[in-house]
Amino acid sequence: MDILNALVLFANFVVIPATVYGAQLALGALGVTLIFGILRFANFAHGELMAFGAMITILMTWYLQGIGVSLGPLPTALLALPVGIVGAVIMVLLTDRMVYRFYRRTRANPIIMAIVSVGVMFVMAGLVRFVIGPNDQNFSDGVRFLIRAREFKQMTGLDEGLAIKLTQVITVVIAVLVVGILFWFLQKTRAGKAMRAYSDNEDLALLSGIDPDRVVMIAWMITAVLATIAGVLYGLDKSFKPFIYMQLLLPVFASAIVGGVGQPVGAILGGFVIAFSEVTITYAYKKFLTYLAPESWAPEGLVQLLSTDYKFAVSFIILVAVLLIRPTGIIRGKVI
Amino acid sequence: MSRQGYLYFAIMAALLIAVGFGQSWNVALGILNLCLISAVMSLGVNIQWGYAGLFNVGVMGFAALGGLTAVLISMPPVKDAWAVGGAGIGLSLLALIGTVIAVILVRRITPAFAKLWVTTITIVIGLFVIRIVYAPAVDRIEAINPAHTGYLGGLDLPIVFSWLVGGFVAAGAAWVIGKISLGLRADYLAIATLGISEIIIAILKYEEWLSRGVKNVTGLPRPVPYEVNLVQSDWFVSFASWFGVDTVDTASVFVKLCYAFLFLIVLGIIMWLSESALKSPWGRMMRAIRDNRDAANAMGKDVTRRHLQVFILGCAVCGIAGAMMTTLDGQLTPSSYIPLRYTFLIWVMVIIGGSGNNWGAVLGGFVIWFLWIEAEPLGNGLMQIITLPMDDGYWLKDHLIASAAYTRLIMMGAILLIVMRFAPKGLIPER
Repeated sequence: MDILNALVLFANFVVIPATVYGAQLALGALGVTLIFGILRFANFAHGELMAFGAMITILMTWYLQGIGVSLGPLPTALLALPVGIVGAVIMVLLTDRMVYRFYRRTRANPIIMAIVSVGVMFVMAGLVRFVIGPNDQNFSDGVRFLIRAREFKQMTGLDEGLAIKLTQVITVVIAVLVVGILFWFLQKTRAGKAMRAYSDNEDLALLSGIDPDRVVMIAWMITAVLATIAGVLYGLDKSFKPFIYMQLLLPVFASAIVGGVGQPVGAILGGFVIAFSEVTITYAYKKFLTYLAPESWAPEGLVQLLSTDYKFAVSFIILVAVLLIRPTGIIRGKVI
Repeated sequence: MSRQGYLYFAIMAALLIAVGFGQSWNVALGILNLCLISAVMSLGVNIQWGYAGLFNVGVMGFAALGGLTAVLISMPPVKDAWAVGGAGIGLSLLALIGTVIAVILVRRITPAFAKLWVTTITIVIGLFVIRIVYAPAVDRIEAINPAHTGYLGGLDLPIVFSWLVGGFVAAGAAWVIGKISLGLRADYLAIATLGISEIIIAILKYEEWLSRGVKNVTGLPRPVPYEVNLVQSDWFVSFASWFGVDTVDTASVFVKLCYAFLFLIVLGIIMWLSESALKSPWGRMMRAIRDNRDAANAMGKDVTRRHLQVFILGCAVCGIAGAMMTTLDGQLTPSSYIPLRYTFLIWVMVIIGGSGNNWGAVLGGFVIWFLWIEAEPLGNGLMQIITLPMDDGYWLKDHLIASAAYTRLIMMGAILLIVMRFAPKGLIPER
């Protein structure tokens, strides 16, 4: 019984939150890694792009809520998501046309592109804060919990409860769907194959008649879709605050690098590696251990490796460890 | 510096004087002081980007380290806290050093296949040992008069001394991070510095025994006289009445002038050092490495080592600027450090001014800080004009006026993009 209790406790506070967070990070990192692979620069505006897509979705959600449309138990934001995606796609295509295309044609140094993306980041950050303000915005509605802790306890007779939020299930389901479609696209369609060829060897791809502008356009569009979905899911699960998306940039980058730059599978793997280490290292194991060990052995402190305040440090430490041990990432990525 | 450069500086001076006459001298000098600090910071970034082409996105962290040093140097020590927790903190520091040594030793003697696991286990054991002495010591320190102190305090030395020490502390952090990430591809340095700066801010925010965290340290001792004392001193009162000006206003202008004088000295010294470094064989070598790394490498230059050197120097300058800023504010507020303001804005300064040119970096610091401050009234005015046809109380009007402050982010981004596109060499190009 105690072992079961310990497992439920672990699932409730570590496995479920980490899976959900990992799914969000993986979606973000996929976008970063695509831009790394196709345009070959670190896109610092990615966090703000997530915030921008989420913002459009939130505005649309509020509008839908205002006219009384809802999805019943599901959050209305899902209905508004396509609008947010369209908004983000228009945004990235505009910035590509007005900003990045010039540097691509002049074959600028990737670092120059990264600095340019800082400028884009400023503009997007300003836009988001201008339209929706710097504060917390709540836009989730519908049913909150799928399983409540109390119901779970009554059902199973255990001391520990297991709570699953609807948004957590939605996050995982959508992430699986999106990743499935993305991989089908990359592996099976002509455009997807063209993208992979372009990412592998630009000159060879150009020689075989692949249109670079088309490849870049598709890469940006996919990035915008992924970023918006990741941003909305993160906002639904926690809350929407422009500042947080800036902070997400570090774990997202870390996931992309840990997995292997330019490798979609690696980005997903990296996302979960970062998320699980962040949660397991900052979790206080005291209660977990008291279930497993005899009472007299009960540990005195919280048995926490690192306080939750330093959860960003975890992604950084993993990043550093990977850079030192295997700079190419888990799945061998590019080192340009 | 070219004739154009002098012209730009003259315009900048005229703008500041215009603010002095138009708004007030207090505002103008306030802007000038932060312009000077920004100029030092952008000199630091210019040393890294302009001389060597390193993309450092952790300026905020190194500035914050300088700020922390200012507190640790200048505040009086909290004796009670030292008595109850000093030993514990000292012991945990020893334990930390012990862990590092143990990791190094263990890595030497274990065979390759087990290295990763043994290292991880050693680190985990080390962390637990540190925790045993560290946590109770921290609790005891933070329990001492938490409303006023609750931290160890500082060394009670003159705060100007911290400017130098702040540079060294930032240089130390830069050495560690540079050792790890230099030599890999360029974007990795950017991401690694982004990470280290977030961690430094997290430490400042949550290690209350060290920096009081989000409770902030206020009332840092000043290197210049206090207004209150000035107003009461005889020589100052007679000085003010001789000029026929208001004593209270003059006192605050006088204090700001003193700061400006100190900052100008620091800026002058760093400027002189970096200009002579740039002109020396060392500077030519750095630019050669920047322009063609492989060729420089083939000529026998140790590129990674030189990069580490220049990275440390630039970060040290950022640390000095950070200590100066905390001195000027008179307080350390960890929650006010945000990357847009302390990292990316500095980058805008360097790019606008002219990367590779020290005078350009200084000019960029002045121009961008001036715009950053004056964009707020400008944005407000613009919104007032735009919303003029709307009725009072209309939601859009209220919203536009309330968020006018964020137009400056859009403006900074637009300036950066336009300069990068149409004048990539900046206002004062590199010779």
